[in-house]
Amino acid sequence: MYRLRYLMQKEFRQLRRSPEMLRLLFLAPVVQVIMFGYAATTDVKHVSLAVYDGDRSARSRELLTTLEKVGSFDLDLNVARPALLLTRLDRGQAQLTLEIPQGFARDLARGRPVTLQVLADGSDSNTATVALGYLLAAVQDFGARLRVHPPLLQSATRVWYNPELRSANFMVPGVIANILLIVTTSLTALAIVREREMGTLEQLLVTPIRPMELMLGKMLPFVFIGLIDILFILGVACFWFRIPLEGSLLLLFVMAGGFLLNTLGLGLFISTVSRTQQQALMTALFLLMPSILLSGFIFPIANMPRPMQLVSYGIAMRYFLEIIRGIFLKGNGLEVLWPQAIALMVLGILTLALSAAHFRKRIE
Amino acid sequence: MGRRIRAIARKEALHIARDPRALAVVLVLPVLLLVIYGYAVNFDIKHLPLGVADFDRSRVSRELVEAFTRTEYFDLVATTTRLAEVREWLDRGQVRLALVIPEGFAAQVVTGRSATVQFLVDGADANTASIALGYAELLLRWQAEQLVQRALQRWGTTGRTQGCIIVEPRVLYNPELRSTNFIVPGLIAIFLAMLTTLLTALTIIREREQGTLERLIVSPLRPWELMVGKMIPYAFISLVNVFLVIIAGLQVFHVPFRGSLGLLLGLSGIFILGVLGLGLLFSILAPRGEVAVVLVVLTTVLPSLLLSGFVFPLPSMPKVLQGISLAVPARHFLVIVRGIFLKDLHLEVLWPQTLTLLIFAGLMLLLSARRFRKRL
Repeated sequence: MYRLRYLMQKEFRQLRRSPEMLRLLFLAPVVQVIMFGYAATTDVKHVSLAVYDGDRSARSRELLTTLEKVGSFDLDLNVARPALLLTRLDRGQAQLTLEIPQGFARDLARGRPVTLQVLADGSDSNTATVALGYLLAAVQDFGARLRVHPPLLQSATRVWYNPELRSANFMVPGVIANILLIVTTSLTALAIVREREMGTLEQLLVTPIRPMELMLGKMLPFVFIGLIDILFILGVACFWFRIPLEGSLLLLFVMAGGFLLNTLGLGLFISTVSRTQQQALMTALFLLMPSILLSGFIFPIANMPRPMQLVSYGIAMRYFLEIIRGIFLKGNGLEVLWPQAIALMVLGILTLALSAAHFRKRIE
Repeated sequence: MGRRIRAIARKEALHIARDPRALAVVLVLPVLLLVIYGYAVNFDIKHLPLGVADFDRSRVSRELVEAFTRTEYFDLVATTTRLAEVREWLDRGQVRLALVIPEGFAAQVVTGRSATVQFLVDGADANTASIALGYAELLLRWQAEQLVQRALQRWGTTGRTQGCIIVEPRVLYNPELRSTNFIVPGLIAIFLAMLTTLLTALTIIREREQGTLERLIVSPLRPWELMVGKMIPYAFISLVNVFLVIIAGLQVFHVPFRGSLGLLLGLSGIFILGVLGLGLLFSILAPRGEVAVVLVVLTTVLPSLLLSGFVFPLPSMPKVLQGISLAVPARHFLVIVRGIFLKDLHLEVLWPQTLTLLIFAGLMLLLSARRFRKRL
């Protein structure tokens, strides 16, 4: 046991001697939380809408006011000719354009149908769909008001678990999983490979340290850093983003432990198949990027094609994300999360056991 | 001068060739990622599990449910007549959107009064939820239009109506609104920014760790010659990457390519010089490999993904982040790639972005040569 303690002491000392690294280890979660918390949103706001008003009547201005009230459009009324609308789209200065024809008010008053030309830049398909929806709804409301006919079907919407639909509530808890994955996997791998590259691994091997102790000694410092990172992100999530933690903090930490079995196992595996740090880095990139993508961290798994959904069942991060979001936002306990918890533990024990066996064989 | 650059470039190319795994990763990873990203990066809501609680059980209510299930946006997975069950569905994540139709719904619609249905949505995934709500709202509006038209047919126009407004939307550049057409060209910019920077981030560090940097320093090489020489092989690999990704994008995802290939490759070259220079700069500044890698991830990989407009619309972000995004080269290059792919744009529109990238590349080269000299 004391051998393990010395080994860990050595690791911590090495970390302390690299103050840049230590600083980055704590800067990384902050930068990630801020970026994912604020930037990763598909809300459609401030859509630039260029308008050519060929009518310039009270009615047409009323329509424009209605559009402005939607709150999602930034109206640009300085379009001199209808032909310039297309130029705005080409240059990306507008995402939507609207042309109100001459005689708009007159035709409406006489009960004739009026056609509004709308052009949308479809290259960002998601923004275009949602923005078109807003525009159609606003025009429908405007038309309904004129017809003194109430809109026939209405909806009352209730959003559960995240009533304001804040993206941060979804993203920030996920960052915990992301940081744990990146920090523990790649740093464990790099730390072991560096010893091999510098030839100090042999020195460690001729000491009475057992392979098991060597592995633990390499991993535990990063477990420690990972746990501190979790606390850090939890603090930012609760006090800066004010995301309510509905469920049990204890359960969250236990599950994080299960997730660490997976990430450490993966890091150990990478270290056994890499000779240089650059190789380890590339291998880590190769394994981590797909698992982050397919885990549902940013992009919903339900939208993926079947084969990819099947692959995602083998990715531990998927289960941990479901657990952490369930605990955070829904206040779920084990009675709901037990399938994910079992999957996480089984995958973790398997990964770690196989990697440890492989590591041992490589050393002996 | 040319001879020295060539010698360094050859030396670097040999290093790459002797590590076939790294080379394979560099060439295979983009295509693999393209396939994963191309399919996985998708906010189009399709087959979202829908639950229905229909307390009315009338023809009108069934029609409304049908209007939802006819589309490929929603899949009806559960129906109930108990309100409590809806809550359980949402808790378990069995359904993401629930439609509740109250009793007396049809009676209200038929008599021309306004009827209200309720949407219950799982907001945990805020992005999916807001898009799903947008679709649901649109479907409801569409159904209302149908009902109004049917009523008008039945009773005839009363003449009291004040005409109607027809909106004629036309979607340009991507008429079927396929998100693939948006994502795949963007991936070229993302891969270049991520992989290329990582490629060079370790080169100078490796020389330093292996003690060969001193030898380079005592040689008659000038710093900028060393920088340019180190960049050339990586620039070549990156251009091959661009080419592979374009071909895969056209063949696998059938993304339209409307613009000029020559222009795209030329502008990609400028962008590549910039990001390679950035990688070199990290390699000079960082004392150790991991530090360089973490720096690259924090300052290049994440901003390229999140602050470039790759999938998340920039105008929706807070003003501060929008300001920061101006310093992300991938943001400018994305405008170029998408403009050439989808809009057939040329330099007369794209010159501001091109100029920005040129300045960035020059700045990176200058800075890395500068910082390197100081370390001599």
